[in-house]
Amino acid sequence: MSSHLNALNSDSYIEISQYRDQHFKGNRYEQEKLLKQSSTLYVGNLSFYTTEEQVYELFSKSGDVKRIIIGLDKIKKTACGFCFVEYYTRGDAENAMRFINGTRLDDRIIRTDWDAGFREGRQYGRGKSGGQVSGAHRRWTCVS
Amino acid sequence: MSRRRHADENDGGQPHKRRRTSEPVEIEDRLESLICRVGEKSTSSLESNLEGLAGVLEADLPNYKNKILRILCSVARVLPEKLTIYTTLVGLLNARNYNFGGEFVEAMIRQLKETLKSNFFSEAVYLVRFLCDLVNCHVIAAPSVVALFENFVCVTQEDDVPQVRCDWYVYAVLSSLPWVGKELYEKKDVEMDRLLSQIDGYLKRRQKTHVAMLQIWSAEKPHPQEEYLDCLWAQIQKLKKDRWQERHILRPYVAFDSVLCEALQHNLPPFTPPPHSDSAVYPMPHVIFRMFDYTDAPEGPVMPGSHSVERFVIEENLHCIIRTHWKERKTCAAQLLSYPGKSKIPLNYHIVEVIFGELFQLPCPPHVEVMYTTLLIELCKLQPGSLPQVLAQATEMMYMRLDTMNITCVDRLVNWFSHHLSNFQFRWSWDDWADCLTADPEKPKAKFVREVLEKCMRLSYHQRIVDIVPPSFAPLIPANPLFIYKYEDENSSTLPGYNAAITVGNAIKNRASNEEILTLLKDVPNPNHEDDDDEGESFNPLKIDVFLQTLLSLAAKSFSHSFSALAKFHEVLKTLTESDEGKLHILRVVCDVWKNHPQMISVLVDKMIRTQIVDCVAVANWIFSQDMTHEFTRFYVWEILHSTIRKMNKHVQKIQKELEDSKEKLEKQHQKDSGDEEDMEEDSQLEEQIERLQEKVESAQSEQKNLFLVIFQRFIMMLTEHLARCETGGTDLNTPWYKNCIERLQQIFLMHHATIQQYMGTLENLLFTAELDHHILAVYQQFCSLQA
Repeated sequence: MSSHLNALNSDSYIEISQYRDQHFKGNRYEQEKLLKQSSTLYVGNLSFYTTEEQVYELFSKSGDVKRIIIGLDKIKKTACGFCFVEYYTRGDAENAMRFINGTRLDDRIIRTDWDAGFREGRQYGRGKSGGQVSGAHRRWTCVS
Repeated sequence: MSRRRHADENDGGQPHKRRRTSEPVEIEDRLESLICRVGEKSTSSLESNLEGLAGVLEADLPNYKNKILRILCSVARVLPEKLTIYTTLVGLLNARNYNFGGEFVEAMIRQLKETLKSNFFSEAVYLVRFLCDLVNCHVIAAPSVVALFENFVCVTQEDDVPQVRCDWYVYAVLSSLPWVGKELYEKKDVEMDRLLSQIDGYLKRRQKTHVAMLQIWSAEKPHPQEEYLDCLWAQIQKLKKDRWQERHILRPYVAFDSVLCEALQHNLPPFTPPPHSDSAVYPMPHVIFRMFDYTDAPEGPVMPGSHSVERFVIEENLHCIIRTHWKERKTCAAQLLSYPGKSKIPLNYHIVEVIFGELFQLPCPPHVEVMYTTLLIELCKLQPGSLPQVLAQATEMMYMRLDTMNITCVDRLVNWFSHHLSNFQFRWSWDDWADCLTADPEKPKAKFVREVLEKCMRLSYHQRIVDIVPPSFAPLIPANPLFIYKYEDENSSTLPGYNAAITVGNAIKNRASNEEILTLLKDVPNPNHEDDDDEGESFNPLKIDVFLQTLLSLAAKSFSHSFSALAKFHEVLKTLTESDEGKLHILRVVCDVWKNHPQMISVLVDKMIRTQIVDCVAVANWIFSQDMTHEFTRFYVWEILHSTIRKMNKHVQKIQKELEDSKEKLEKQHQKDSGDEEDMEEDSQLEEQIERLQEKVESAQSEQKNLFLVIFQRFIMMLTEHLARCETGGTDLNTPWYKNCIERLQQIFLMHHATIQQYMGTLENLLFTAELDHHILAVYQQFCSLQA
């Protein structure tokens, strides 16, 4: 029995952001549809030394983690500050957005965002020198 | 009515003065917003806002009555922390429009029936409370509420019903009295006395076997962990002694008394509680969590006593705020901190106590554990000068009382504290806890610190932990999570299988296939046989050692590397673990090589279950095996076991859902059937599928039942052995090991109670029989009493 009251159903932490992957194969509508169903999160502002184990430990607090893919510098193939976290269920990913986003991992405030789904190649930074595009803030400053 | 947007369609007046004709949907949204927001921070007084809103709603009644009714019924149900604001509003509306008042009351009763039938018992309590408070607003006549209460209390006379059913009806009456006790007593004191006396009688005769299982601390001091109905009864008794004078609840209707007392009242239609049915799931009993009293808040307002009704109301309201806003952590923190009447109470202490109360609630917290960590962090951000100190004080208190804390709660405390510290650079006054160093390392305080440091390390790295604790804490620092390879170097060249390990290692590095590896492994002798009298197919522990140790050593770099390795050589692993002994041995090897890295053990076991290299029962048997005796009280072992049980449960649920979906599909198809051959063909295909799924469900449930049987059997064996040994040796049975073991048994029941309920018949017949030692049987009886 839901309250049917829009004014009370606020769940702002799980809303999809303005970011859209420019390399996404498909149109805006398709991307948004995937984002709304996704159980994959993009995680940014990681330290370059943050390990898969640390990410696992933190993100397991909202549910069973299916897979973690650490983001790599395209040239050096070393960690460059982001990763993807896949859950088995959307509900667990939502709780991560509500309660893990904006808290600290390895002393840094990390940011999570919905991702349309990992595809081979997306683990590489898209910046000119191989790392992420001009600081890891692109996801939270651009408006598409 | 279309909305005119464009300026050029302006009828000549200035745009902001032009009256826009809005669509009904917009008006409805506006009404919703107005109603939901009343009582929030405003430049005008609450009374003036309520007055204004009542006027607006009254004017909208002709066109939007049903919508308004629906919104008000909803807020009554889902915003209980604003109860008196909305009852005042309804009171004002009733004073202006008697018929509307009557319709509202009827709608509420209908809603109450529905919520009870749908097992939404918390919300039903809020509805009852709302109806009671309407007496204070002159909407409902007191005698009709007394009549409602009399019907509720009659439930305690019903035969053959679960105690938890009667509990709920008694709770609904008692928990409404802080709001309406005074009025009811003024009008119907004789009837109320009779009611309370009946309740007293019921409370005296009801069973309280469940309490021991639900208490967070087993000690009575400093704060007894009271059963919730007992505590509420004491609070109501005290309120009655104080002649129902209650000063904490915010009552906006008092300001409107002159208007409201002119209103005509309605009578509640007679309400019979819906009869008990098998599908009813009543709320479980709980224990009131108390960690603070008036001696704990050093300055400022005094904390209301544990049996004061103020304490009850404050805690109720804070719980309701969390219930409403849990998804929005900033709003939740802000709402908690702006609790009305906060200047008269040590609010930070109440908030911290309520939050930990929820976090430690048995069997389960109302919300996901990580929510509480993040909420506390938000609260610290909003009150940086005061809340962190209260939190530190609370942590210190809980540390002091670890000896009697239920192990499930200790687990949660470890998780909370380590995660919290990781957000604050792990700053803590560890020296204050130096007493844990001299005590027995198996005692709760030392174990707690060890497990906290272990979890802190998982969120950081080994050297960090070394750096953050004083040197004296070195014995409690977790091991550096390094791989232990049996065939590491030439020193191990005399070990059996050493040469094979080198060969296999090289083969893996040269990208050998599964078949090639299996061929290589054929040459590994079986220490269990004199000579290879078979094809080398039977269980050969040395083969598993050689292969798995080497594979995992090559893949030790990260979780991903190890997962890849397991995936690549899945075939080899499946072959090696065909037998139950094989499955057990593979788990043994994983634990041997990664002994220093429990987190890795957990994720590997998880992966091996999901890829069916081992099954759930193998994991259970492994945990209770001799090899794991020294790890038996480690936190990670129980994390693995519970995760394993959860996987089993999810597996069963998944197939059950597939079966349900197929059945529904068949239903729909039957409805569309036109009787021709194509339809018959489709139907029979679906029917076959349903039959197959039915078998799958039965098989999965059988596996699930078996898993619980194995676990309980092993517990019983271990505990019985210990108890027997202590009896013959004349030693005290209450060792740290025993406390851990018996509480872990309780934990199985608590954390999976819904699933275990299904198998109670079997459990009682096969395992939890009367011959069992009463210490063990008591746990089972406590579990049964949870829904009795």
